[in-house]
Amino acid sequence: MTAVMHVLPYLVAAWVFLAGCYGLATSRNLIHAVGCLSVCQAATYVLLLGVGYRKDATAPVFSDIRPGSRPVVDPVVQALTLTDVVVGATVTALLLALVVQIAKRHGTVDPDELSELRG
Amino acid sequence: MNDLLPLLVAVPILGAALLVVGSRRMSRPVAELAACTVSGGTAGLAIVLLLNSSPPMTEWVGGWTPVNGESVGIVLTGDGPGLGMAALASLLTLAAMVYSWHYFDEPPRRHAGSFPALMLLFQAGMCGFALAGDLFNLFVWFELMSVVAYALTGTRVEDPKVVQGALTFAVVTSLGAYAVLMGIGMLYARTGELALTQIGRGLDAHGGPDALTLAAFVLILTGLLVKSAAVPFHFWLPDAHAVAPTPVCMLLSGVMVELGTYGVWRVYGTVFSGPGGVPDDDFRRVLLVLGVLTAVVGAVMCWYQRHIKRLLACSTVAHTGLFLIGIGVLTPEGDDGVALYVLGHAGVKAALFACTGVLLDRYGSVDERALHGRARELRPVAVMYVIGALALAGLPPFGTALGKAVTEEAVGGPLTVLMVAATVLTAGAVLRVAAGVFFGLGPEPPGSDTYETTGTGEEPETGSRISRVPDTMTAVPAVLLAAALAVGVAPGFAGLVSHGVSESGSGGLVVSAPHWTPHGVLLGLASTLLATGLAALAVTRPALLTAPDWTQSLRRLQSGHVGDYVAWLLVGAVLLGALALPGVTGS
Repeated sequence: MTAVMHVLPYLVAAWVFLAGCYGLATSRNLIHAVGCLSVCQAATYVLLLGVGYRKDATAPVFSDIRPGSRPVVDPVVQALTLTDVVVGATVTALLLALVVQIAKRHGTVDPDELSELRG
Repeated sequence: MNDLLPLLVAVPILGAALLVVGSRRMSRPVAELAACTVSGGTAGLAIVLLLNSSPPMTEWVGGWTPVNGESVGIVLTGDGPGLGMAALASLLTLAAMVYSWHYFDEPPRRHAGSFPALMLLFQAGMCGFALAGDLFNLFVWFELMSVVAYALTGTRVEDPKVVQGALTFAVVTSLGAYAVLMGIGMLYARTGELALTQIGRGLDAHGGPDALTLAAFVLILTGLLVKSAAVPFHFWLPDAHAVAPTPVCMLLSGVMVELGTYGVWRVYGTVFSGPGGVPDDDFRRVLLVLGVLTAVVGAVMCWYQRHIKRLLACSTVAHTGLFLIGIGVLTPEGDDGVALYVLGHAGVKAALFACTGVLLDRYGSVDERALHGRARELRPVAVMYVIGALALAGLPPFGTALGKAVTEEAVGGPLTVLMVAATVLTAGAVLRVAAGVFFGLGPEPPGSDTYETTGTGEEPETGSRISRVPDTMTAVPAVLLAAALAVGVAPGFAGLVSHGVSESGSGGLVVSAPHWTPHGVLLGLASTLLATGLAALAVTRPALLTAPDWTQSLRRLQSGHVGDYVAWLLVGAVLLGALALPGVTGS
């Protein structure tokens, strides 16, 4: 049982990432595609937080506990996740802005109907 | 001296922030002058640091030095290749900004600072990526330079083509970036480290490679190869180049794509090259297979383009393949050759894009057929175009020729033939364009196929069509070509490059400085002659060179559909895994 629990976060991360990729590859709506990209990114949050998990550990905030008195989860991956969230917000905002422009210029958000660039 | 390393990133970001804040009160010349000063100052700093980079510098930002061999801080590495790429990125940014000086028409009026500010941010991202000594910052800078590149690609946002190209670029590259981050998470789980060299040591301490090492290797390489536009991760590149403004194309093709290749070299050399990483033979197989595929597909796609910017973009894909082959043989000579080749290629390709930009602004088209014989009056541009094409083919003594010759000698055998063939095909295509557009040689090309991007009906970037070509637009490509020439002829330059590369790459193994050999000169001359011959054949006997059916199906793959490109990315990741698998199962 513990082995399963140990591997589970990684399996979830892989599953979420692949689900996002599947959604991207088959998307019929660009807003949906941008959402799928965020799903792929959510997989990285799961993976990073899963990596930093320690059994019976608490949050790495030392205002009320003495350093070394009890285990804490890895603060490095939490910092990475936070940075990752910021990066993701930037990318999503920019992509949605581009989708708005595509809707205005092409009159559609279906990637199948965009045919300006090919060959 | 190493205290100055963070400035290479901080100065352009600060400059960009000031430009954005002061944008409303600044007139356009003031904003552009300020941006050029900041960019040029950073370039100067990068060069000064580069000249002092032996032995290599390491900077733990904020004094977060490792304790008992364990590190959590941000580390910057200032060695020859890193600072060299930072200097190249800075110089090319400066060139692109001078090129767009006063004539480039950016849409957001009354925000004179926004385009230069984005260029500065792009420069900061590229410098940061080149200097990053830990994997997480590699990812952050990867994303910063990508996000700015999407925004710059989509500058002319009112054009339907532009938004489509920028979106596919953004989705595919961001997905690659998240793959990198997944890989970084796995490596951190294994080693508890983020700094590149520490991860490498941690992997070695753990023992031989296993499934986790392989998965991390595949994920990280996927992201970096998306950036460097290796087949089958390359589909975003022709679309992005076809729609990006010319100064941005200069940067994308000249240095950003090469930074992806540099990332592959850096990450393999520091993380995966030890006994706990991916064995040499497997890495060689991965890079050589992908490199050959990339060179062939890029060169064939290049030959059949009529949209000149797409043609140059496909030629960049082909050259990426040659770079991958060069670093894939894993010899110090190969690394030296690629370093010189990248420097020469940056100057030549940026100059060719700059000349194409003149055509766009003068005639409102970048279509080879529509422009046939129309640019006869642009003599200086014609001369530069032909020189650029010949340098691309490897005409000695250009830097491209030196880099190509050294690389070809390092790879040897059939790969040398492939390298010559790829350069002949790409340079032949550029020469064919020059002959048709600037000299009106050959019959007017016949009507079009339906399935292609033509390049007619483009908006000039100067707002309206220019009647005379501004001096900055001709001076910049001339200087860039001169720089590419200097890479090949400046005495001692090749030795300096080789010294910097070997000091950080091949573990201090000193090889003799790369130099011109009779063999290399002959190969360069042969490539040039063959390219000229091919272009002459295309002009005089076009019927002999009609596209065979299989090239049509190759071109259909370039569908402009974001879902297709994502599917190809997944196929490429699986291919990477399959190619690297034997080394992991065998041990």
